[in-house]
Formats: sequence, C-alpha cells, structure tokens
Amino acid sequence: MSHLLLRHRDIPDIGEIDVYKKNGGFEAFKKAVTSMKPQEVTDVVKASGLRGRGGAGFPTGIKWGFIPGNIWPHYVVANADESEPGTFKDREIMESNPLQFLEGVAIAAFATGANAAYVYLRGEFWPVAAILDEKIAEMEKAGFLGDKLFGTDYSLRIYTHLGAGAYICGEETALLESIEGKRGQPRIRPPFPAVAGLYGKPTVVNNVETLTNVPLIVEKGADWYRSLGTADSAGVKIFSLSGHVNKPGNYELPFGTTFRELIYTYGGGVTDGRPVKAIMSAGASSAVIVADDKALDTPMDYASVRTLGADLGSASVIVINDSVDMDWVINKTIHFFKHESCGKCTPCREGTYWMLHLIERIALGEDVKATTELLHAVAKQMQNKCLCPLGEFSTMAVTTAIERFPADFKASSSRAKTGTIEGGKHG
Amino acid sequence: MLAEKYPNEVKKILAKYPPERKQSAVMPLLHLAQLEAGFVDRHAVVEIAGICGITETDVAEIIGFYTLYHDAPEGKLRLQVCTDISCALRGADEFLAKVCERLGIQPGGTTPDGLVTVEAVMCLAACDKAPMFQVQGPDGIAYHENMTVDKTMEFIETARKEVK
Ligand SMILES: Cc1cc2nc3c(=O)[nH]c(=O)nc-3n(C[C@H](O)[C@H](O)[C@H](O)COP(=O)(O)O)c2cc1C
Ligand code: SF4
Ligand code: FES
Repeated sequence: MSHLLLRHRDIPDIGEIDVYKKNGGFEAFKKAVTSMKPQEVTDVVKASGLRGRGGAGFPTGIKWGFIPGNIWPHYVVANADESEPGTFKDREIMESNPLQFLEGVAIAAFATGANAAYVYLRGEFWPVAAILDEKIAEMEKAGFLGDKLFGTDYSLRIYTHLGAGAYICGEETALLESIEGKRGQPRIRPPFPAVAGLYGKPTVVNNVETLTNVPLIVEKGADWYRSLGTADSAGVKIFSLSGHVNKPGNYELPFGTTFRELIYTYGGGVTDGRPVKAIMSAGASSAVIVADDKALDTPMDYASVRTLGADLGSASVIVINDSVDMDWVINKTIHFFKHESCGKCTPCREGTYWMLHLIERIALGEDVKATTELLHAVAKQMQNKCLCPLGEFSTMAVTTAIERFPADFKASSSRAKTGTIEGGKHG
Repeated sequence: MLAEKYPNEVKKILAKYPPERKQSAVMPLLHLAQLEAGFVDRHAVVEIAGICGITETDVAEIIGFYTLYHDAPEGKLRLQVCTDISCALRGADEFLAKVCERLGIQPGGTTPDGLVTVEAVMCLAACDKAPMFQVQGPDGIAYHENMTVDKTMEFIETARKEVK
C-alpha cells in the first residue's frame, strides 16, 4: 500500500507546492471552505474514528466539537514539540510532507472557526520551522492562506512558534503558557483549553500526525478511513522504531500490525541476532513490556496494547535486547524525567529527585535489594498525586521494570553505569 | 541593539501575535538575541523586556527555565550529543566519551581555544540515527546524524577554520 502520511516516500517532491497540488493537494481544504459547513467537517472527522496521535488517543472530532460558539476568537494549535524519547515521526512529516500537515491545520481551523493557528515546535526544530515558514509563505502567495479564501469570507493565517528545550511544553497547557511567553508549566484544569486555551480563548490542540490525516479524511470520507486499521483504532499510524533493531526508522502501518511484524518484518530483526527482551511501546513514558511470544503477537492498537499492561501512546517502540539490564534502562528514563520535571508540584519535583538518587545507589551496587524496594515504593507513592501526567509517566518504567524483571536488580549489573547527577534547569 | 541589528526580524516576530499580547514575542526575541554571541547578554534582556512590556526578571526567568537559552558565554559551538535511551542503546554514551577523549575535555567542558563545548542532552527526535548531535551556533541549530568519532573530529576541524 502506498503511504498516506509519509507520502514523500512514494512521491519524493510532495513538499513542493506544484507537485502537491498535482497530487490533489488543497482540494480537501477548498472543498471544506467552499462547500461544507464547519460542523459538517467536524462530523466527518468524528465519523472517521480518528484519534489523537500525540499520546492520549482522544477522538479528534469530539475534541473539535467541544469548542463553544459563544466565545471568540478561536485558535488551533499544532503540537510539534515531539520530545518523548523514541519519537521522531512528526519531524519527518514536517520536513518532507509539510503541505499535507499545513492543509490539515487549515481544515482544523475552518472546522473550529479559527482565523489564526500556531504551530508550536520544539526549539531544536529550528530548521524545520524555517521549512514551514517558507511553505506558509508559498501558501499565502497561492491563495491558500490569507484573507477571503476561495472567494468566501473565511480568512486564516498560520504562524510558527519555537520552544527552547523543555519536554513539558508538549503537555498542552504548558505549551499554551509557552506561546504566551511564560515558563512552560501546566495549568490546573478545568478550565480545559477547548473553553479557555490560548490567551484564555477556546483552543484546539492537536498533534502533527493527527492533523496530517485530516485532508485525506475530508477528501475520501469517513467510511474509507474506518476501513483501515481496527474497530478500536481506525486508520494508519506511524510507528517510530528505535533501539536494538537492525533497521530503526518510521514505519507507517495500519493499526493492528503486531510487534513481531514491526520488529522482524519491517525492522529487520534485533541487533546482533539476540532475542528481544523488553519493549517500550510509548517511549520513555512507557511501562516496560516483557517481550514473550504473546506480547510479540499482540496487535498494536490502543485496546490490545493495554492488555499487556502498557499503553500504545505515541507508538514510539523502543526495542531492548538481552544484553541490557533493566536497572540501566530506568536509570536512563529517571534521568530524563528528573531533568524535565517542571518543578511546579511537589510529588513530581521531589519524587523524581529521590528516584534519581536511589537508582544511582543501585548503579553503584549499594544495598541493592533494599534500595530497589525503596525505589519501587517512592514511584508508587507518586502515582495519582501529580498535577500533570509527566509525574505519572516518570514512574511507569520504574515500577514495571522492578515488578517484571526482578532479576535485573542485583548487586553487580553487567551494564549498570553511573550517570552524572545533573540538576534539571526547569525545576 | 536588536531593533537596530535585526529590524525586519523583530517586526516579523511581533506580527505573529495579537498586538496586545507582546509578551508572546519573548521566546523568539531571545532566540534572535542569542544568535551571534551564543548567549543572551544584559543589554538584550533590558531591550526585550521593553519590547514585550514585561519586567527584566520575567525575561531572566524564561532564560532560566528553557535549556536552549544561555546567560553566559561558552564555546562558540555547542555540540550537544543525545545520550538518551534509544541513542544509548546504539552506543551514544561510548561515542560521547570518545569524542571528549579526543578533544581532551570532560562532558560539559570547552576546548581551550573556546571553539566547542560538548554536552550530553536528552532526546532530540533523531533516535533512529544515533550516534547524533546537534550544534547550536551562530547560524541557529543543525543536526548531525549517523555520526562516527572520525566524522565528528573532521567536522570540528572544518569549523575551526571557518568560525573565528
Ligand atoms: C508530559 C507530556 C508531554 C507531551 N508531549 C507531547 C508531544 O510532544 N507532542 C504531542 O503531540 N503531544 C504531547 N503530549 C500530549 C498533549 O498534551 C496533547 O494531549 C496532544 O497534543 C493532543 O493532540 P492529539 O489529540 O492530536 O493527540 C504530551 C503530554 C504530556 C503530559
Ligand atoms: S507533574 Fe511534574 S511536570 Fe507536571 S506539573 Fe507537576 S512538577 Fe510539573
Ligand atoms: S533518544 Fe537520542 S534522539 Fe531520541
């Protein structure tokens, strides 16, 4: 099957505006603006079963439907923060198929009555923002952005906004704070962004990959989209495959593809021909999955992955072979979350700090059994107490690695290395 | 002064946000201010606070919160190696150690000529192309992927000739 999202792999110049147009580009946006009511666009997306690709899997059309009609203006914000370790799909879309993404932003804006949209990119995506700025300028010139589009009264402008290094800004309310020129710390909810988002106005926040699906859904219809994937998870997904595999990379596949197919058929098998030991399905925020036959044959859709005691999340599949001990793995993830905790709430700020000290003690072989028990207890105590999901994320790999791979927490771990204890900047 | 050095850029940045929301311009203005010297100096903080209608403390807080902003000079190029989980599974820690050894510095350190600072950083969304690093320098940020130690040393040697 040809690619729907990573279309540049079939049509290399799809990022050029005339090539994009020749391949049906902007037809969906034109159709929406000239022949559909905003509500009808939202209804098609609802009926398609499209769910958010940023991690939570929330139905996109339902989210758009929350935007109230009595508070104005409205905003659409594309989440291009892409900072979850193991995730690198949005970057490929924006670098190589940027116009389909921007058309998706435009359709989302029309459907929700927004005349301005922002693309929030992590600061490291400086060159990607330059590409988008150029494409936005081309779209303005070609009459796809600006005032009175297609001879109607509808006007739209899209702007890029660069972050500056902070994973927490991927959380949608921290992201909105960041666009407002503040520190990226999550807001207390409610109110939800749909009611009081950017500048206190109704705002839809969607992931880059989510929005890139939208032009196809409007063009080909909800039934067509539903015919792909599984009943629970419609459509295709980009799986970012990394770690111990021979061919790491992005793979666009229907939901329901198994882990085994992804790792062995597409990913070329495991590094050094070793057995796969563990899988993290949602990047560093994942529970760790024991990679037995049952797990490997599990279809990758939201519901099925949950039966393994994990989440599909953004489908950032990290493969770990048997050369590594899991205490080393969570040493890495804890360092990450300690560094990225924004410091706003105590359980996460203090909890990540203590988890870091305990995993360092384990790495040094100090009283490993008792320290591991304490680490597990600290992680458990953090759960359900943090202000935003980051705090919870930081505990997932920790508790599951200790519970599912107890033998890896022993005095002399083969690859346990001390990391440097570094203070995060945010906390 | 930013307003004198980059008048068009400043205008473009302010045009992105509603006129009464100038505070939103603080991050892009900081990126701009940092370009040439690699850090944000005192004068820029004052000027940006003025443009955005916020206090200097507000601006300093933003610099303090986000890891890509720096308030002190380091190497002209910041070579930031991702040593996060996926890259580490493909040898990023060893790569970082070897690059530092060849340069005779520790991670976090700067070469004696002030050219490069080498740092370990978190995931850069290039996990399938490890070992990799980004370079923060006078032209913004650029990625270098699927690197070897030799290729990295070549890159540094070339930069040594080009960056004054
Ligand atoms: C700590 C944290 C980090 C997140 N990072 C991202 C991210 O990098 N990209 C993203 O699209 N969503 C991220 N999310 C999810 C967003 O908050 C939000 O749910 C998403 O952008 C909504 O878009 P979607 O419905 O299209 O998935 C993150 C959430 C949390 C709690
Ligand atoms: S859970 Fe962590 S990241 Fe989230 S608000 Fe609390 S301190 Fe900040
Ligand atoms: S883990 Fe290194 S770029 Fe993602």
